[in-house]
Amino acid sequence: MLKCRTAWNKLAPLARSSSTVCRRNVRGTGLTNGRTPICVPATHMSSGAGGGGGGGGWDNTIYAVLVGAACVGGMTLTYKTLKEDQRRYEERIAEIASRPHRQEALTSSEPAELEVVPSSEADPTAPEVEVEAEVAPEVEVEAAVAPEVEAVVAPEVEAELIAAPATEAVSPSESTELPPAAESKPSSATFPSHVPYLLIGGGTASFAAARSIRARDPNAKVLIVTEEPDLPYMRPPLSKELWFSDDSSVTETLRFKQWNGKERSIYFQPPSFYIKAEELGSSENGGVAVLTGRKVVHMDVRGNKIKMDDGSEISYDKCLIATGGIPRNLQVIERAGEEVMKRTTLFRKIEDFKALDKVSRNVKSITIIGGGFLGSELACALGRKSSEFGLEVVQMFPEKGNMGKVLPEYLSNWTTERVKREGVKIISEALVKSVSFIDDELEITLKDGRVVKTDHIVSAVGLEPNVDLAKSAGLEVDSDFGGYRVNAELQARSNIWVAGDAACFYDIRLGRRRVEHHDHAVVSGRLAGENMTGTSKPYWHQSMFWSDLGPDVGYEAIGIVDSSLPTVGVFAKATAKDTPKAAAEQSGTGIRSESETEDTATSPVASTSPATVVEHKDDYGKGVIFYLRDKVVVGIVLWNVFNRMPVARKIIKDGEEHADLNEVAKLFNIHED
Amino acid sequence: MSYCRQEGKDRIIFVTKEDHEAPSNAELIADDPNDPYEEQGLILPNGDINWNCPCLGGMASGPCGSQFKEAFSCFHYSKEEVKGSECIDHFRNMQECMQKFPELYPQEDEKENAPQKESDSASTAPLDNAASSPDTPTEGPEAS
Repeated sequence: MLKCRTAWNKLAPLARSSSTVCRRNVRGTGLTNGRTPICVPATHMSSGAGGGGGGGGWDNTIYAVLVGAACVGGMTLTYKTLKEDQRRYEERIAEIASRPHRQEALTSSEPAELEVVPSSEADPTAPEVEVEAEVAPEVEVEAAVAPEVEAVVAPEVEAELIAAPATEAVSPSESTELPPAAESKPSSATFPSHVPYLLIGGGTASFAAARSIRARDPNAKVLIVTEEPDLPYMRPPLSKELWFSDDSSVTETLRFKQWNGKERSIYFQPPSFYIKAEELGSSENGGVAVLTGRKVVHMDVRGNKIKMDDGSEISYDKCLIATGGIPRNLQVIERAGEEVMKRTTLFRKIEDFKALDKVSRNVKSITIIGGGFLGSELACALGRKSSEFGLEVVQMFPEKGNMGKVLPEYLSNWTTERVKREGVKIISEALVKSVSFIDDELEITLKDGRVVKTDHIVSAVGLEPNVDLAKSAGLEVDSDFGGYRVNAELQARSNIWVAGDAACFYDIRLGRRRVEHHDHAVVSGRLAGENMTGTSKPYWHQSMFWSDLGPDVGYEAIGIVDSSLPTVGVFAKATAKDTPKAAAEQSGTGIRSESETEDTATSPVASTSPATVVEHKDDYGKGVIFYLRDKVVVGIVLWNVFNRMPVARKIIKDGEEHADLNEVAKLFNIHED
Repeated sequence: MSYCRQEGKDRIIFVTKEDHEAPSNAELIADDPNDPYEEQGLILPNGDINWNCPCLGGMASGPCGSQFKEAFSCFHYSKEEVKGSECIDHFRNMQECMQKFPELYPQEDEKENAPQKESDSASTAPLDNAASSPDTPTEGPEAS
């Protein structure tokens, strides 16, 4: 292969100089019929000889001969190489076919090139000829499903080779080996090689999509592939309810008591809901199967299939990517060395909850870095345990107060005071400069010089959306918000949808955004599932989110809730009845996500006893806060006011400019329960 | 009386109950009950059952999903005097299936499940000022 390129390189200067000579001659002799010498060597020779005969004929002939020779040589080399490759390839195929039970051992990099290669074979010019040679060694895929892989490779390679000069007896493994669906090799008995609906990621969005697909497509066969060892579960209780449980075995059972007294598991459904992956193909009523502990490492959009980390492949008709994200970490911690990293928790999964629970019982001090939802919720949860465990809980963040990026300053300050009351030591306006492990303790040095000594760190500084498959699948990644870029119907490309934290989607009302909340995962998962079964509905039903900072402070919100926007807050005086606990008790729901509600909301019971009015000056007990963008309400926070979300949703959906927001606030009846 | 304060770009208004007694003059756009984009309740505008309604939970998607759908559809379209009287077989099939999965379908309220869902789910209508009533009739399009 390299010989070819060097040969071409050597010829190039020669060709160039010859061509300038030729051009001069051609112009001189008036042969300007546009035909370049390179293309038509044969005819040129004759015309060149004739035309060049007038002047500088000798140069012309030399040039003609050289170019002609070069072309013929090039073509011959190409032809030879192709034929050789083909022969080698066929040999390989035969060899592999004769050893069908080899164990897989390859890294994913080799098979990955398999997909890349065929696409570059279209043009059999010299530089690319080298690539084709790689087909042969790459085909030496010793995956358990090797025969299937070749079946797919063969038609692809075959298609491309048709472009080459020599194409006759292309491949022995012709299209007799049809889509791998037809084959079920013994080694792929643990899961089907083809599923109609494939969901990558086993979180909330994926589960919601599975449910949606099953509801709409009777007898649908759905396969969920997840990296985690757990079945799909809901995340909010991991930083809230599970910490408030009195049950000492909560880390095992993962059950939590909702405020309405009902207990439930964080798992969406018990294991009996799902069917086994190997039964998916044969089940006549279909079902949802979950493959745990598998990572999808490569996606072939043209071939409609994915490859997992063990080398096996699954093809699909429709695919959902719901890979969520990975918690971010501070660079200073990552650079701080292993001792520090060992004592740092990035909180997201069940195993993180279990680990942190254990840690909280065994250390004297925990510091949470980050003042957003997760950080504040964990701080409150741990703060409540602080007296029980003799634990010091510190929370530090760069903003002035908790939820500084979400709530307007006055509310953020008020919230911070409440968090302090939960037993948390707050260090605001804190930028971490370095972290070191000294004297069996972690020392966090801030940019303004303050030093905080602690035993364990929880880093809650954001989520990095997981877009690992973007490269292999050729999917667009959004540069502003991160995540896969999808349209209003959550579609990335034909047959590929994205939902949940990883989806940067177009919201018809509010513009392009990416939302990292539970209800959004449910809503978008459900929508994606619906669209996978044939509808094309855009994202329209606005998802909501909520947060509880202890039993006394809670809020629900919807839309774009960004503290940098101008806000208008309308508050009433709070009564003792206005707490998240009371709200949940009244509505009969355990978890406030509306899309989750399996027990429908019943009408709130009107209280007959007179409410005790809590009088505080400027006490932001309950109210509603409007977030405005160009005078239109784009976000609403319901502060200790519950069961009014439909009204809020309606106002955002309308997208109207309201002259007096106090009048709009009246719609919420904030003084009532 | 209410008072108002401005803190930078944020405006804060405190209101008493009396301030909010007069009905609001804020205008809201009327909803189109046939809007295809909107989330539907249990019954779609054309009278069909919306199997994707959150109110049904996992009933239509679980292992006994097809039996549930058959039984429920039969009940829904039943024109008998005693609604659903001809659907006994379907319901029995459903019950048998559900008994195989006691974890998923707890036995004590499973008989109540199907008919109850139909009347309760009406409350998932999009804009129901404040309280949601469980007793809204379910025939016809979902009120918006």
